[in-house]
Amino acid sequence: MALNSIHWFRKGLRLHDNPALREAVQGAATVRCVYFLDPWFAGSSNVGVNRWRFLLQCLEDLDANLRKLNSRLFVIRGQPANVFPRLFKEWKISRLTFEYDSEPFGKERDAAIKKLAMEAGVEVIVKISHTLYDLDKIIELNGGQPPLTYKRFQTLISRLDPPEMPVEMLTDTLMGRCVTPVSEDHGDKYGVPSLEELGFDTEGLPSAVWPGGETEALTRIERHLERKAWVANFERPRMNANSLLASPTGLSPYLRFGCLSCRLFYFKLTDLYRKVKKNSSPPLSLYGQLLWREFFYTAATNNPRFDKMEGNPICVRIPWDKNPEALAKWAEAKTGFPWIDAIMTQLRQEGWIHHLARHAVACFLTRGDLWISWEEGMKVFEELLLDADWSVNAGSWMWLSCSSFFQQFFHCYCPVGFGRRTDPNGDFIRRYLPVLRGFPAKFIYDPWNAPESVQAAAKCIIGVHYPKPMVHHAEASRLNIERMKQIYQQLSRYRGLGTRSENINLYFIFMMRKLSGPHGSHSCDSFQNLHEKNSFKAKPGFYSAGVFFSSKQEVLCDGITCSSLMSVTCSSSVQFYLYNSPLKLLYIVKTPQ
Amino acid sequence: MKRGLQGNKQEDGGGTSGGCQKTLKRSRKQRREKDLEDEESRWECLPQEILLHIFQYLPLLDRAFASQVCRGWNEAFHMPELWRCFEFELNQPASSYLKATHPDLIKQIIKRHSDHLQYVSFKVDSSRESAEAACDILSQLVNCSLKTLGLISTARPSFMEMPKSHFISALTVVFVNSKSLSSLKIDDTPVDDPSLKVLVANNSDTLKLLKMSSCPHVSPAGILCVADQCHGLRELALNYHLLSDELLIALSSEKHVHLEHLRIDVVSENPGQQFHTIKKSSWDAMMRHSPKFNLVMYFFLYEDEFGPFFRDEIPVTHLYFGRSVSKDVLGRVGLNCPRLVELVVCANGLRPLDEELIRIAQRCTQLSAIGLGECEVSCSAFVEFVKMCGDRLTQLSIMEEVLVPDHRYGLDDIHWEVSKHLGRVWFPDMMPTW
Repeated sequence: MALNSIHWFRKGLRLHDNPALREAVQGAATVRCVYFLDPWFAGSSNVGVNRWRFLLQCLEDLDANLRKLNSRLFVIRGQPANVFPRLFKEWKISRLTFEYDSEPFGKERDAAIKKLAMEAGVEVIVKISHTLYDLDKIIELNGGQPPLTYKRFQTLISRLDPPEMPVEMLTDTLMGRCVTPVSEDHGDKYGVPSLEELGFDTEGLPSAVWPGGETEALTRIERHLERKAWVANFERPRMNANSLLASPTGLSPYLRFGCLSCRLFYFKLTDLYRKVKKNSSPPLSLYGQLLWREFFYTAATNNPRFDKMEGNPICVRIPWDKNPEALAKWAEAKTGFPWIDAIMTQLRQEGWIHHLARHAVACFLTRGDLWISWEEGMKVFEELLLDADWSVNAGSWMWLSCSSFFQQFFHCYCPVGFGRRTDPNGDFIRRYLPVLRGFPAKFIYDPWNAPESVQAAAKCIIGVHYPKPMVHHAEASRLNIERMKQIYQQLSRYRGLGTRSENINLYFIFMMRKLSGPHGSHSCDSFQNLHEKNSFKAKPGFYSAGVFFSSKQEVLCDGITCSSLMSVTCSSSVQFYLYNSPLKLLYIVKTPQ
Repeated sequence: MKRGLQGNKQEDGGGTSGGCQKTLKRSRKQRREKDLEDEESRWECLPQEILLHIFQYLPLLDRAFASQVCRGWNEAFHMPELWRCFEFELNQPASSYLKATHPDLIKQIIKRHSDHLQYVSFKVDSSRESAEAACDILSQLVNCSLKTLGLISTARPSFMEMPKSHFISALTVVFVNSKSLSSLKIDDTPVDDPSLKVLVANNSDTLKLLKMSSCPHVSPAGILCVADQCHGLRELALNYHLLSDELLIALSSEKHVHLEHLRIDVVSENPGQQFHTIKKSSWDAMMRHSPKFNLVMYFFLYEDEFGPFFRDEIPVTHLYFGRSVSKDVLGRVGLNCPRLVELVVCANGLRPLDEELIRIAQRCTQLSAIGLGECEVSCSAFVEFVKMCGDRLTQLSIMEEVLVPDHRYGLDDIHWEVSKHLGRVWFPDMMPTW
């Protein structure tokens, strides 16, 4: 009997490094690549026109590339669970392949489809290719809990084997005898719809700054690497006025939709580094952009409440203000702070903003100025940001609002000073807020401070043509720093009112760190030895001190680094109290040789 | 109670896990034997002190459930000791995501426990209604003698939005009735000079802590009156515009106890604001009187508003710069803040802070905690700074992206170098690249 396959595209909209797609054609007589789109859902969804356009362009490109292999993309109108049983029958399918989706919602959906397929006697093949690693392995290595600090995550990663090599691009040779039956009316039935068909008004829609599709992604990665090679500098590029603008070497939306394989990116970076730096092995920081993404996917994969404050075990409950008017001003670029409004305008128009610009607007909305819940900001990004993946979007918002992942909260971005330092001339603002074009650089970040004559000369009166600032930043940040302190004081059961309080900010950061360390039992062997023998000879490397929470073993401390010759002994165990429960801390101290 | 417990056991015993059942059976048997042995050990006979001790560990809701069990436990639920401390949470569904203290519970407390309350705080969301509700409760607390009162706005300063007269009359109810108030936290409220006079008239012997940052209706004379009369005051938090030479002198008078903690918020209302100066002699008087006091200063100023600050030596111990601060000002900090323990700089201008940090390391020999936000520092200078401070730096926080690599150290070296000098593992702070 002939083997007929379906490859189901969701993310991973590419022909290169697509292991599940390869499985689909392997030994198959026919293959059909499908993508599900619910046109009735599209217009009413929370996803903005830029993201839809990007997706449709990806699908167009996919279809075009499949045509080169005498195949086509089948865009199916409807919901997978409703349509698959019919397709299995109609096309006599015996194999279904798709890329592994690590997100809780996706896992649930896929489990249901797998069940349907099993019932229909269809073999299901799932391959990991949206992330570098098998996230479950990372969690396993961390004792069953996802790591909660990026440092911890890096430590775990460095213990894993490098990611698997990307698989070969789908070609005629690989297709072999596998064909795609295409009917006359394919275009009508399965063609990629237009934005209009999905119910979007495209009149006056400017052309896309970020064109979607695998072809574009592969051009960009070459350009990206060329530029890196040319500057021969693998450090994070320093921020300047230019980095705020959409760059033709930017890759994040392509990684989000899977037009670009993260593994391909990973190995191309490695190769280039080796070539330029003469075979020295690349540091983890080279892959920063990829690893952050991986970190958030890992944190979210088993947490269906990852995008919520309530019921989310890793999220700190903060008494955010509900304030729909203020939220609307932020989302619609009417805060009266040109730096914030220009960024939000860029986001709405183009679908992408620089990561430091994201920090700026997220900080402003949440802990910095407006004290509005990060969940609201996340929803706006979900609508507008091309690269907003559920896990990465929610994770970054929790991070930036200091709701999780425990980092310093003392520092708030100033909505005036931050921009001014980045782009002293204010060109970025003039580009996205033409109404302020006439202001001199001196006042362009705080035009409300400009004398009336300057405002008149700029043909922009603040309060008439452009809003006055919606908050008094100094006062708001003073208040909010206090609020944050209150919250973390409570978390650490810090003695409250009426007792003396000596420490200010850093104290609480310290407490946070103490409470936040990576959970779960450590897999470090030496740690066991240490516990049993109270003394051991350490190999060079990184060791963690352990804290025992009554019976449950938890690791709270960051760790201790040993240089090659140092011996490490456990000197004593110390009792101290945290969260009102007795803890035993094993100190690891360096001893003289 | 025994009945209740047995009922539970039966329920548990009906579970499916065999192992669990076995142990339960055994324990039931053991317990039955024990019960026979000493019939006296019944739950309801548990001495009140022990019950109280147990109840103190339970959250309110669990205590409420337990109070339904029997008369004895119900009595225990209402023991005054359990109602000394209470935190009222006042939130509206329209303005907060968090739940509020149930109105029935509030009524109960006012009716049955208001004379037991001693440590009370109100957490209020951003709505005026919540602030008004807090004041309504306050004005009903006529029977109680509070030791601690905290009015906390969890989102925006909502007390500021209610009619001042309403707020003042509620607050003065507490002042007049309490007589032994020792701690008062009323930041961001419309408290005024006359109400502080009432506070002083009734609580001057007991007041130890007063936090009133951003209370715009208080004048320097109003706070001076508190300092003059309340000789036990040890902790004080206020805004810079209330700070005066007279206040410092009053706090350093012979009759006054040693001050432990003084927190000053310096916030500019409008750009280019001129700030007054405090004489060095006044700070010297403070230092002579309270040589160990903490002076905590929070600055939320534009760069060009720092004119009057750090010109002379100032005994500041904790410094927080919430906005951009110039190299010049940080240079002055290095020169004039010999007592500095903790320094947080959120941002500075475009040029690296190198020399300033080195000078701070040289001159601020007490410095043990430092946090740097958007402050560029060259890797070499940063390592040098850490080397000079050594392991007395218990807190060290800097964002990775502001460390500027140079010919000596790259970003990958810095964690090793700094860890070496600190004697413990250290990493710069990271922010997500997205």
